[in-house]
Amino acid sequence: MNRDLWDLLLTGLGETMYMVILATAIALLIGLPLGVILVVTEKGNVWEAPRFNRVLGTVINVLRSFPSIILIVVLLPLARLIVGTTLGATAAIVPLSIGSAPFLARIIENCLKEVNFGKIEAAMAVGASPLRIITKVLIPEALPSLVRGLTIAVIAIIGFTAVAGAIGAGGLGSLAIRFGYLRYRDDIMLATIIVLVILVQGVQWGGDYIAGYINRKRYKFD
Amino acid sequence: MISIRDLNKRYVTPHSTVTAVDSVSLEVARGDIYGIIGFSGAGKSTLIRCLNRLEEPDSGSVVIGGRDITAMDKNQLRLARQKIGMIFQQFNLLDAKTVFDNVAFPLEAAGYPREKIRRRVEEFLNLVGLEDKHRAYPLQLSGGQKQRVGIARALANEPEVILSDEATSALDPQTTYSILELLKDINKKFGVTIVLITHELDVLHHICNQMAVMEKGRIVEQGPVDQFFLNPESDTAKRFVGILQSFQSQRLYREGAGI
Repeated sequence: MNRDLWDLLLTGLGETMYMVILATAIALLIGLPLGVILVVTEKGNVWEAPRFNRVLGTVINVLRSFPSIILIVVLLPLARLIVGTTLGATAAIVPLSIGSAPFLARIIENCLKEVNFGKIEAAMAVGASPLRIITKVLIPEALPSLVRGLTIAVIAIIGFTAVAGAIGAGGLGSLAIRFGYLRYRDDIMLATIIVLVILVQGVQWGGDYIAGYINRKRYKFD
Repeated sequence: MISIRDLNKRYVTPHSTVTAVDSVSLEVARGDIYGIIGFSGAGKSTLIRCLNRLEEPDSGSVVIGGRDITAMDKNQLRLARQKIGMIFQQFNLLDAKTVFDNVAFPLEAAGYPREKIRRRVEEFLNLVGLEDKHRAYPLQLSGGQKQRVGIARALANEPEVILSDEATSALDPQTTYSILELLKDINKKFGVTIVLITHELDVLHHICNQMAVMEKGRIVEQGPVDQFFLNPESDTAKRFVGILQSFQSQRLYREGAGI
């Protein structure tokens, strides 16, 4: 392998990481509150509002119905408005994070619903406020499961960046398409895939480790 | 202390309407240990959950310590609940928190200063015999220990009333008795009124003074516990006492009277 290939891969990896980390952070910032709201506004829960819950659920379903490449195209004007361009990694972060947020919200909703409702009732029975129940009971009790859910989301976002790469976002996906596919450079295609495999494995391993660490702490005997 | 007037709770399902609590009226005296017994599905769990409005009753009133629980808005109810302890069959402890933090939770919700919380939690963990478990997590405890944490949590904010929803039903007989003894001690020491529901006759026999029998959502018999065993009137009461006696006579037949 020559130096040029290394440079290409390193730049691509850097751009991908940059997009994934920022897109995940922003998606989490939007998705976590949405996921929590989806749970607590359900009938019988601490902030009961069934009609609002249905509306929000529908909006999230609509956003999730878009094919990812179409959603990116639709959101490009918004990217131009926020970062001033529709090309490059920074511009891609806008559609990436907005596109992943509804997906993340559903994952978070699922994780939070695994918490035994008896625990929520016990907290209601001592007169805790809804906000306290959310921050001190619901989220901490679901934490290992939330970490695993976030792992799934990060890996999906890595895949999503590759799609964005096809329409000018840069990163490893764009490398695979521009060099591996359009210029028949099988070596670059292969190298890109290997880097992506390592990246995904690393994320999965890290997520498993953190979730396991939280569980071990709660189970440890001393 | 607790006065229930004409309480009703129905569940409407697409196929039928189930009346879980049917015009129930009860009086529980201050400092009493009041037992409500019934078979599964008799509505006793719904009744006790109506007392702190974990279930919203359809009609009727619940007055605890002179204050009408059923007339309260959300905020008033939240404050009132801080003075009504509850223990659950499945303990419902928070797995993410240590034993100490579980007991501290109601005190933090009530907004006490840190130092006071620490003293209170230590006091009640000593009382329930878990002084060496402060830093343990609930998943590391046995069932009996978990229920002791549950009791310490219910007591932490010095409630006037404790509601016990089948608190011993998930425990083995020996642990059941140790938990009942603990509840008895607490009742004597703090004068706290305890309402407990159960399907175990032993539990009634062991700690209750007054009791009621529930059947299909209605109270069919109430009075002192002794009267129930000597002279059961309702169908459910007869079945309960009958089950006990038939097993005792079987034993007499098989093993002799012990002479």
